Amino acid sequence: MRHLLSVGDLGVDGIDEVLKLTDSFVEVSERAIPKVPALRGKTVVSLFYEDSTRTRLSFETAAKRLSADTMNFTVGSSSVKKGESLRDTVQTIEAMGVDAIVIRHGSAGAPWQVAGWAEAAVVNAGDGWHEHPTQALLDCYTIRQHLGTLAGRRIAIVGDVKHSRVARSDVLAFTALGAEVTLVAPPTLLPPSLEGWPVEVSHDLDEILPKIDVAYLLRMQRERMTEALLPSLREYTACFGLTRRRAALLGADAIVMHPGPMNRGVEIAADVADLPNAVIVDQVRNGVAVRMAVLFLLLGAGNDLGGNERG
Amino acid sequence: MSADDLQRAVWRMAHEIVERNHGLDGVVLIGLQTGGVPLAGTLAEALRAVEAVDVPVGTLDVAFYRDDIGLRPVLPETVTDIPFDLTAKMVVLVDDVLFTGRTIRAALDALTDYGRPRAVQLAVMVDRGHRELPIRPDYVGKNLPTRRDEVVDVKADGVDLGEMVK
Repeated sequence: MRHLLSVGDLGVDGIDEVLKLTDSFVEVSERAIPKVPALRGKTVVSLFYEDSTRTRLSFETAAKRLSADTMNFTVGSSSVKKGESLRDTVQTIEAMGVDAIVIRHGSAGAPWQVAGWAEAAVVNAGDGWHEHPTQALLDCYTIRQHLGTLAGRRIAIVGDVKHSRVARSDVLAFTALGAEVTLVAPPTLLPPSLEGWPVEVSHDLDEILPKIDVAYLLRMQRERMTEALLPSLREYTACFGLTRRRAALLGADAIVMHPGPMNRGVEIAADVADLPNAVIVDQVRNGVAVRMAVLFLLLGAGNDLGGNERG
Repeated sequence: MSADDLQRAVWRMAHEIVERNHGLDGVVLIGLQTGGVPLAGTLAEALRAVEAVDVPVGTLDVAFYRDDIGLRPVLPETVTDIPFDLTAKMVVLVDDVLFTGRTIRAALDALTDYGRPRAVQLAVMVDRGHRELPIRPDYVGKNLPTRRDEVVDVKADGVDLGEMVK
């Protein structure tokens, strides 16, 4: 593995390898000293062109627990404001000697561009509405942790699928591991075409809830709502929000997931997020371990030593 | 070395551990992945037979502590499992073959992340020489002179010495 750009590049074996390695890093994270010297001397830079708290912190924590050095590049306080191009920024960062670039960008495909220019390993931490592979990996890990396997499990991804890179990566990863995925959303919040997506579509959440093992709620991306897609958020909540009443329709072993940050009271009722079958905090906790696994595979495991262009 | 020889060596090492530590007070065994894990189990059984004490047994995978990360493919075989605090314990590291000593170096580093043991001792079934670090075992099943390019394989039914398969 040279870069992690799309979760689709990993294939089933690649996803399995990351998840197996994650077990070891979960163990590391639970220790009194949750740190290993595996990536001493490596430098990981986060290059974030979009706001993010949890993903940036999660990657930074992961790198630090591997003993890598971390650098932060936040666009708000950088030379990008002075008009520097993405290519020049990457070149500048690389000249300082970095081994991995974790990039989030508003434009779909930006990480592929960077991977074409950079010697360093590139990790896609979210590009536009396109992909968010480490989120998909941590979601798979969390589902396995609670349900044992994804094979044959029924997963509903509910909400703003159209603007969601999480949904795209999750669909790829969940279906690769054998889960059956149903997208539940109003037609205006679904992508214009679902051709080639191995998913079912429903507009009726009440009908779906009793049949599923996982209710995956997406955040209402109010900052991306440039067009009038919904009459109002209240109406959305009335039709597609996971209210207390709806949560009771779920099977006893079903789990509730959310990539965060949550809009409590919109896609998920305030008290539903704190129910025992909501595993949202586990997702965040597992996120660090999954990202440790990804960074270790890219920078430390030496998989790329033979037959790969990397020396 | 046959399976019987192996079992005799385990018995002797168990007695040596008891003798050296004046009993088994505070003694824990940590088997190194992968070869040390079954040996740690057999040693624990022998210790139970000798002293009627159940010593805690953990397993340690040193992959993230190795000094050759980036030089060759390094991935953990299994998840480390040390479900007890090592602080003030007498830790006996258990491995099947002692060779360069680099795995033990990594293991010593890893142990300090689980607590501060009172002391660490090393038990190996086979010491094959060729040390590259100042590390020596406290309990040895068998000293086996080898060439560098030979491979030593410790299994339940005995110890094999073979040529490196390239």
